[in-house]
Parts: sequence; C-alpha cells; structure tokens
Amino acid sequence: MFSYCADPDALGTFRWFSCYLTNGVHMSFYLSFVKVLALLAITAPVALSFGFAGAMAARSHVPPVSWLGKGYIAIVRGVPDIAFFLFFVIALDQGFEWMRHQILCPDWTDPVRQGNDFLVCSNAKLPLGSAPEWVHQTYSFFLAVITFSIVFGAFAANVLYGGMRAVPHAQLETAEAYGMSRRQTFWRVLVPQMWVYALPGLSNLWLVLIKATPLLFLLGIEDIVYWARELGGTKTSRFTDYPHPDWRMWYFLFLLIFYLGFTRVSEIVLEKLMVRLSHGQATTGGEALRKQVTA
Amino acid sequence: MKKLILTTAALALSAGMAMADTVRMGTEGAYPPYNFINDAGEVDGFEREVGDELCKRAGLTCEWVKNDWDSIIPNLVSGNYDTIIAGMSITPERDEVIDFTQDYFPPAASAYVAASSDADIMDVVSAQTATLQAGFVADSGATLVEFATPEETIAAVRNGEASAVFADKDFLVPIVEESNGELMFVGEDVALGAGIGVGVRESDAELKGKLDNAITSMKADGSLTALIKKWFGDDAIHYGEDGSVVTN
Repeated sequence: MFSYCADPDALGTFRWFSCYLTNGVHMSFYLSFVKVLALLAITAPVALSFGFAGAMAARSHVPPVSWLGKGYIAIVRGVPDIAFFLFFVIALDQGFEWMRHQILCPDWTDPVRQGNDFLVCSNAKLPLGSAPEWVHQTYSFFLAVITFSIVFGAFAANVLYGGMRAVPHAQLETAEAYGMSRRQTFWRVLVPQMWVYALPGLSNLWLVLIKATPLLFLLGIEDIVYWARELGGTKTSRFTDYPHPDWRMWYFLFLLIFYLGFTRVSEIVLEKLMVRLSHGQATTGGEALRKQVTA
Repeated sequence: MKKLILTTAALALSAGMAMADTVRMGTEGAYPPYNFINDAGEVDGFEREVGDELCKRAGLTCEWVKNDWDSIIPNLVSGNYDTIIAGMSITPERDEVIDFTQDYFPPAASAYVAASSDADIMDVVSAQTATLQAGFVADSGATLVEFATPEETIAAVRNGEASAVFADKDFLVPIVEESNGELMFVGEDVALGAGIGVGVRESDAELKGKLDNAITSMKADGSLTALIKKWFGDDAIHYGEDGSVVTN
C-alpha cells in the first residue's frame, strides 16, 4: 500500500501496523464487512416481503392458501437454522442444476447421481465451470440471500400475522360499516395500523439477523468472522512478512465492538420508527404522543 | 432488441462451451507450508505451485477455490469444484467416497508438540477434525479433542486444554521454531497414510488420468523434488527419478 512497506521488519510499530492493516488479506477482511452489510440490506426487505406474503396467505379465507401459509411458518420455524443452511442450500443448488440439465442436455444418458457424485453436464452447471470466481461468489451470495429470506421470512410472517390480529376489531367493523370491501379494509385500515404492533417483534428479528451472518461461511462466503479467525491466527515469518502470535482475541474484540455499535445504531433507528408509527394510533404510545401535543 | 439479447445469450453459451476445460481446485488455505493465504490474499504454498504446474502440464485452465476443511469432500462430490488439493492423505476411508491420484507428496511424518518436555502424549491430545492424525490419536488410547482448524489445535496446547497436539510435522516445525521455546516436540514421530494425493470425483476418471500423468512427469524430471525441497527444506523426504520415495 505505502512505498515504505517493502521491508516490514525494519519499520517502527506505527508504520508496521499501517502496512499490516492495509495489505491484501486485510482488504479482503474489509470487503467482507461490505458483503455482510449488503447481505443485510438486501435480505431484510426480501424477508419482510416473504413474511408479508406468508402472513397474508395464513389469514386467507381459502383453506389451501391458508394451509400453505401456516405450513410455511410452522415448518421453517421448526427446523434448526444450521440444518436448514447445510441441507437446503445444497438441495436448492442441485435443484437448479438438475432443472437446467433437463432443459439443456436432453441427450445425456448417464445418471445424474453416481454413487456419491452429483453429475450434470457442464453446460448445466450453475454458474458455469468456466465462469470467473466473482460469478461463483455472487451466485453463492444470492443463494445466501434466498436462504436467509426464507428462514427469516417465516419468523416475520408469524410476527406480522400477530400484528394483523392485534389491530382492534372495531376498526375493521367501522371500515365495513362505511361500505369498504374486504380488500379495501385490508389495505386501507388493517395494514397501516398493524406495523406498530409488529415492530417490536420485527426489531428482534432484525437483531437476530445481524448476528446470524456468520452462518454465511457454511455457504462458502468468506464473512467477517471467517477472516477474523484467519487473520488473527498465528503467523510464522516463513509464510508472511508480518509474523505475529495468536491475535484472534483482538480481532474478535473488534468484531464485538462492530456488532455492538451496529446494534446500537439499529436500536436508535427502530425507536424513531416506533414513534413515527405510533402517531394517531389507538395504543398507549399513540396516546402519549397526543398528550404531548395538547399539553 | 430481442435479437440482440438472443445473440448475447448464444455468445455467452458458446463461450461457456469453448472454455469448459476450467478445473476448479479446492483447498483449505490454512495449513502452511502445504497451502495458506499469503499477504496479498491469494492461495499460496507448496500445493499452489504443484497444482499450477500440474495444470500447465495437463493443459488445463485452473482456478483456486477456498473451502472449509469440514465440508471439503461434500462440496467436491456435489460438483462445486473438481479437485481437492489440500494436504489430504490417501486413506481407504476417503477412497470409498472419492478417488485419489497417485501421491504427489510422500507419506510424511506426524509429530506431537507440547508445552513442556515431560508432557504425557497419552493424556489429552488435540488434532484437526476428520484427519488421519485424529484417527490415530483416537486409536492410541489418548483422549482426543478435535478442532475445526489447525490453528485451534495449537491454541489448545498453549492454553492448557490439551497436553499435546498431533499434526503433520512440516506444519508444526515453523510454529515450534518461532514459539521462543514455549512449544517443543515430544515423543516419537509417526509416519501415517499413503502419501498425499489430489482428490477427484470417482466418476471423473479422465481428469484423474491427466493429473496422474502430470504427476509422473513431474516426478521423473525432478521438478516435484525441487518444489518439495523449496517448501519443506533440503532434508525433506522426496522422490527419486523412478518415482520411489527417498529418505535422507
């Protein structure tokens, strides 16, 4: 990075660290923070929409749709995350490849499963074997987004389902008395009011999601915890210009501060959101806001 | 517009076919000098050089992929990469699930390292999960504690959780040298396994053949021995010109 980094052994402490902390592996470490934040930024809205769809399905008056919604919530919530991540992602990936295999290679006669091996023709590989590494990384990133969204979507669905049921029934009856259809009641009266009931549960989910990102390494994505472990490990002078003893404690301390800071920021934002949603609501929070204004 | 998209798609597909020879090489990246991540963040080490040379000789385009040791075999058989080149010894148990090429590194010594010279190697011994060494410790009658990464097996000895660590000697030597006398070898060295080979899928006989030929040619012209000496020192066990194992 800096011109004086050619011979790290001769450097003073400050310059040594300025070189050490800017070398290639550390850049990968910093990049992994971006990856994790990007994953959260994409997963949160996608999971929320999964949850919304699940909750809507569970409330449906058509029995099969309702079963589907309730089944989704019950099954995904019941399976341990780690099992879901190990099994589901490999199954999802193989499912995609199998479908492409059926379409792209109809002439292939060998079985797809040979003993332990899962074999599809090279055109059906996802991504193609010849694709550059970043394509593979992006692909597994999106598998991760889908998996996280399905898991957290199920929890969000249950929270939103509860939020929808918590809206006072009188509100809905009034809407009906005004002649609104069921759909209008749902979108104009129920949905705007349910968020305030759902937010405490959703904020919990958000915090759990932040902490669940180390599961990424199960999917082959090098996340911040993987790099902290790798970088903090003992390095001997034969294999690096920056030898050091076991520094994992310091790296994990840094992660601890990062996670705590991130949690604090989330809490502040969620609190502001709560105040905003409480405006004009028939809840104690809304009542308190009304009193503030009149006082 | 539609035509444009179709043409691009066709181009992308045909490009994929033309370059279908890319071989993805799976490694762990945490086991110097066999494989590790260098300061620039790339895979480096003895196996990086051997692998690149094998690919050159076999006429393959290769790409390196890092994968956790725990899931390194499942990801090979499900096709996420095509070879395992991660200091993996050839054993009958592994050979049931995947295939190995001939060995590119001779059966190497494993050794015990402890924090004091009178440590009991029959007490609690740490080793990496799913390795030959872990199996050996379990059979030896000592209490085995397993860890997911090599780093943690060493840390267990330093913090007293295990009385000794059992691992490849070549991995342990630099660590002992730079421990300022805190760590030392104890007990006898043990030769384990049938050498280290490249792992491939059982259905991938073609790739296995290509790599086998390349390894034979590297053994014959001495380039493999040169690499072994570069990474493991001049005294390292290596191959003669006829491919037989030479100990100094």
